[in-house]
Amino acid sequence: MDLNIRQEQLEGQTHIYVAGEIDTYTAPKLRQELVPAVEAGDVVVHLDEVHYMDSTGLGVFVGALKAAKKNETSFTLIGVSERIRRLFEITGLSSIITIDNGVRGGAQ
Amino acid sequence: MTKYEQLEMAIPAKPEYVAIARLTVSGVANRMGYTYDEIEDIKIAVSEACANAVQHAYEENEEGSMTLTCNVYPNDRLEVIVKDSGVTFDKDSVKRQSSPITENHDLDSLHEGGLGILMIEALMDRVTIEKANGVTVHMTKYMNRDEVGQSASKVSTTPSQ
Repeated sequence: MDLNIRQEQLEGQTHIYVAGEIDTYTAPKLRQELVPAVEAGDVVVHLDEVHYMDSTGLGVFVGALKAAKKNETSFTLIGVSERIRRLFEITGLSSIITIDNGVRGGAQ
Repeated sequence: MTKYEQLEMAIPAKPEYVAIARLTVSGVANRMGYTYDEIEDIKIAVSEACANAVQHAYEENEEGSMTLTCNVYPNDRLEVIVKDSGVTFDKDSVKRQSSPITENHDLDSLHEGGLGILMIEALMDRVTIEKANGVTVHMTKYMNRDEVGQSASKVSTTPSQ
């Protein structure tokens, strides 16, 4: 029931690897890492290891998107499971947040 | 009336306890025989209701608690009721995104915390929200009534909400 966040600089982009559960308890920790990173440059967030997420996670991504627009940086999500993708679709956020279809957990 | 079995729990209205609430209900739903996808839906809905209780009702810096009730109707449905005992607040003050976001949505008008109720309504079959002496979210998930997505591997489609 915890959230682990790791950052890596790669080809001029900040890659943020998120693992664990994103909920009302852990979301502030993610926001703290994500927003300054987006303010500083282009960010790719890897969600492959996120096993649970609810609207508080979506809220963090909306915040990151606002910061990206303001600072003219880019903000992309990658490794989004079907479960989590569904949350973006239910709320309509999939129409305003860039979700990269590239990496997807192998066995379906 | 169908007979039901009831579980009730009082939980501190603090962020760190929301996971306890959803794991408890997840255990109940698992025991009842819901599918993986249905259980995940229920977990999110319960978390949203609890997060609402934690964030909105206790904005006044009050130490409070919330009550989680599960009514189990075997082989039929699960009712989950999340009630906080917070101050009654103005209905219009609930920061709420009442409809899905569209491409041209004005970002500034988007409340970062307003998506919870929208999610509960999308993920559960019946939802009522009562605001008197705090907020009570009453939500029901029926068994075996999901359109097609019975297998966990099935790609779910966007609900027509």
